[in-house]
Amino acid sequence: MSQSQYELNKGLAQMLKGGVIMDVTTPEQAEIAEKAGACAVMALERIPADIRAAGGISRMSDPKMIKGIQEAVSIPVMAKCRIGHFVEAQILEAIEIDYIDESEVLSPADDIYHIDKTQFKVPFVCGARDLGEALRRINEGAAMIRTKGEPGTGDVVQAVRHMRKMNSEIRKITSMSKDELFEEAKQLQVPYDLIKFVHENGKLPVVNFAAGGVATPADAALMMQLGAEGVFVGSGIFKSGDPEKRAAAIVQAVTNYTDAKLIAQLSEDLGEAMVGINPGEIKIIMEERGK
Amino acid sequence: MRIGILSVQGAFIEHEKMISALNNEFEETIECVQIRQKKDLENIDGIILPGGESTVQGKLIKDLDMYDELRDKIENGVPTLATCAGLILLAQNIENDDTTHLSTLPVTVQRNAYGRQLGSFVTTGNAGEINDYPLVFIRAPYITQAEPEVNILTTVDKKIVGVQYKNQIGLAFHPEMTDDLRIHKYFIEQIHFKKRTA
Repeated sequence: MSQSQYELNKGLAQMLKGGVIMDVTTPEQAEIAEKAGACAVMALERIPADIRAAGGISRMSDPKMIKGIQEAVSIPVMAKCRIGHFVEAQILEAIEIDYIDESEVLSPADDIYHIDKTQFKVPFVCGARDLGEALRRINEGAAMIRTKGEPGTGDVVQAVRHMRKMNSEIRKITSMSKDELFEEAKQLQVPYDLIKFVHENGKLPVVNFAAGGVATPADAALMMQLGAEGVFVGSGIFKSGDPEKRAAAIVQAVTNYTDAKLIAQLSEDLGEAMVGINPGEIKIIMEERGK
Repeated sequence: MRIGILSVQGAFIEHEKMISALNNEFEETIECVQIRQKKDLENIDGIILPGGESTVQGKLIKDLDMYDELRDKIENGVPTLATCAGLILLAQNIENDDTTHLSTLPVTVQRNAYGRQLGSFVTTGNAGEINDYPLVFIRAPYITQAEPEVNILTTVDKKIVGVQYKNQIGLAFHPEMTDDLRIHKYFIEQIHFKKRTA
């Protein structure tokens, strides 16, 4: 990937900022998401809550199903491949997906290596629980980062933990003296240049979204106030009582994330939220996949 | 001087940074206001419509009840700089689509005219009087038709990608994604000119 292509790929993520990216499984859902104000959709066969319920190995979605969604909407379409599965990524690039999510939601294909994302022209987004993970993924070529959270649970606690941790580590590096940065790079197992960027700019070199367990307008606004630049909503929308209304409410809550009066109005009469599961009740911990 | 930047979704902070970087080049202090609700539109001298997703921005300006006021301001001559999604918001017609948004600029645009993300590209070109400007296209539109009174600023491969019509500057590319401040400077000069002659 050329430097200018990487800049364009980071740039697309910048265009998505302040927006909501929604998981969809059919062209009809994609249209609902677009009408409700999604800035992009994530095309996948099963949303995380169903992947969790079904168990077994989950893989990249059927390209035909993804193409159906690409035809249904005009906003960017993303799709997931397994961690380390560079052939799934090649397939997604071949069908001209706008963004690939190398995702812990699917079963990992490689328990050591992530995909060398610099070999692709198409952009990648990757999950991270802390600053080290985020910078390692960026070093591998990721053009966008999201928190891992714990997908498919409707429980926002891990997304909050990951966002807080990342931001507190960023603050720590910002306040370090220059000669301490070399050791910090060693500790986090990332190149010095990336640590230096964080030290000088007080932020990641790419856009950072929140993901995992966001189910309500308040959850989305919480993540924004904690410093997310936008929000992924997976199971939270189409596992709820009134997807259309909930989706539109989450979109507005992300735009006006500090206006509690407006978020109060938006939170009224949304019908049933997705059923949540506590971390103690789940067997598969997806956030631990890929480090 | 107060410049309102539509901040419902997209790359609005990038525009704010460009404007801030120009602050010491002008005598008058320039203040940026993030437009998220109708009340934010009060007392602004210029409007920036940033890149992002036009479907999202177009929906939110209606949902958040600022459509009429925003449109009136543009119609009434408040200098407006619109980039990428912003250009789509201004266009009077969108190819293969019945929807229009603010519909104040007499052009027809084609959305995602260069295809998906793999079609995104960078090149250099002239923007009106500004030479050798870096042109960044990200899932960009282009203009398929412009009314005769529209002044064409930029073309790439014979496609119109930058225009000015009275107070409105519409660009298919992203000056906010470069380090080159000349287009924003030109825009601020337009606001100055408008204020002096008002």
